[in-house]
Amino acid sequence: MRNRFADTFYELGREDERLCLVVADISPAGSIEKFRTKFPQRFVNTGVAEQIMIGMTAGMAQRGLRPFAYTIATFSLYRPFEMVRDDLCYQNLCVTVVGIGGGLTYSTLGATHHAQEDVAIACAIPNLTVIAPCDPAETEAATRWCATQEHGPVYLRLGKAGEPDFTSNAPQPWTFGKLRQIRPGADVCILTYGPIMKRAWAVAERLEAAGRSVAINSVHTLKPLDVSGVADALTRFSSVVVIEECAPTGGLAMQVKAIAFDIGARTRLFSFTLKDEFIHCYGSHDDILDAHGLSIEDMTRRILSE
Amino acid sequence: MTNGLMLCQRDERRRNNFDAAAAKERCRSYRRRILDISRQVSALHVAPAFSCVEIVDALYNGAMRRDANGAYCDIFLMSKGHGCMIQYVVLEEQGVLSRADLDAYCKPGGRLGAHPDYGTPGIAASTGSLGHGLGIAVGQAFAEKLKGSDARVYCVLSDGEFQEGSTWEAMMAAANLGLSNLVALMDNNDFSGLERISEGHKAFYPLLDKARAFGFSTAEVAGHDSAEIFAALDNDCSNDATPRPRLIVCRTTKGKGVSFMESVPIWHYRSPNSEEYAQALNEIENAP
Repeated sequence: MRNRFADTFYELGREDERLCLVVADISPAGSIEKFRTKFPQRFVNTGVAEQIMIGMTAGMAQRGLRPFAYTIATFSLYRPFEMVRDDLCYQNLCVTVVGIGGGLTYSTLGATHHAQEDVAIACAIPNLTVIAPCDPAETEAATRWCATQEHGPVYLRLGKAGEPDFTSNAPQPWTFGKLRQIRPGADVCILTYGPIMKRAWAVAERLEAAGRSVAINSVHTLKPLDVSGVADALTRFSSVVVIEECAPTGGLAMQVKAIAFDIGARTRLFSFTLKDEFIHCYGSHDDILDAHGLSIEDMTRRILSE
Repeated sequence: MTNGLMLCQRDERRRNNFDAAAAKERCRSYRRRILDISRQVSALHVAPAFSCVEIVDALYNGAMRRDANGAYCDIFLMSKGHGCMIQYVVLEEQGVLSRADLDAYCKPGGRLGAHPDYGTPGIAASTGSLGHGLGIAVGQAFAEKLKGSDARVYCVLSDGEFQEGSTWEAMMAAANLGLSNLVALMDNNDFSGLERISEGHKAFYPLLDKARAFGFSTAEVAGHDSAEIFAALDNDCSNDATPRPRLIVCRTTKGKGVSFMESVPIWHYRSPNSEEYAQALNEIENAP
């Protein structure tokens, strides 16, 4: 995702002189370095100083530029939180805040680097659009949208690197604000977003092996949420499963439950989220997801057991 | 299609003639108007506004350049948002805001609150939470440079805001980026909400050394002396060999112009009763 973002941003930056990248001491990966070399006047490294990274993008947007702020998710959203809220969202400016390594991507670095409640927090701020692509192709589509939109501020939550492709054969294109079916099915509908798509896909495969027909929707736009799309899934499928790499309070699962209540849905609803805990363990991304109770086996077993 | 930067028109810009005697009368009328409005609404921040009357006047009626149509080419950003009443009355005088706007200050249906709100005519940024304005001003100054415009950004901050780490992040960035088109003015009334800064936070001073160490050119002026403020603004240093942002520390008195408000913390927020109003008005009218 990181590299596809960088490639896409570089391509867009060649066409649009308003596009600027403001980073806070993050090592420039791939094409970010190319952008920096080719357009040094539009690349700013504020150093280990995230408040000015966000604050200055507000002023840049007010004076006609199209800035992207870019660093590790915890430092792009948590450290300068009030700058995101007041400077970008209160003033409703077209700035994209890119959070690299959303969720538990930095699995060996401890909770200081785990943006495990980023989506919930971001969704709570008025005016802030929240987008979390699940693979490189969605990252490209989302980046293009962010660079050209006129809505206001965006939190673009990315993984890191090496995410597999899930969507190049998707039956539906990426459309801002719409659920996107990336795998057709008839019995069970999985709603998910971001890098945990790999686990959602594995769960779908196991459920298929057990005789269920499983659809997967990428809920890439968390805010504004496609409420009618979610309601439609809750109406059409006998089981709906939310799998998300986010704390339980305020994330997608809670919102889907609220919609289910509002429409009087009769479907069976399963939600799998991170625990409401800081867990003190280290390992691969998969190891940490397991520790949060999101193993493929456990999720599959629970869905099949009811 | 290429999206080019919107280059600023380099038209003939005129600078206001600055007359210190006229400034004194303007500042007297600004204080009178603020006092008038303070009778209608309690949440006014009279003293923080009185503290920077001469600073804001010297900018709008002195340093800031206008184009042939009278529109400002330079940018004014009130980082100490709680002092915005002085900006409102200046904007009212200039016809940017209406008398009705100010009469509806902090009232239902009005558009002016106790902190400035981006989108209101004449307001460059929403402020109120301290330590945000200079960072936004850095972005604005950076953008103007990138666009090839010669617009300057003037940012008025309270001294209390220099206790925020974010202000120092902005200082460092401004110097690193060589933003010679950025001028910060500190309203140095030596008071934050709770106490006198020089007593409660001794390491806050000296200020100029800190700013210079952060790469700023500096000046210190008597912050209620309009001619002195204007002179410091006039020497903008934008042609220095090393492009540097500038900080002008303006020594001021919180509540300046009304004896019982001066340097008395309660007047950070309080509005005068009828008796106090009469005395305050009398002092303002009869000040030399």
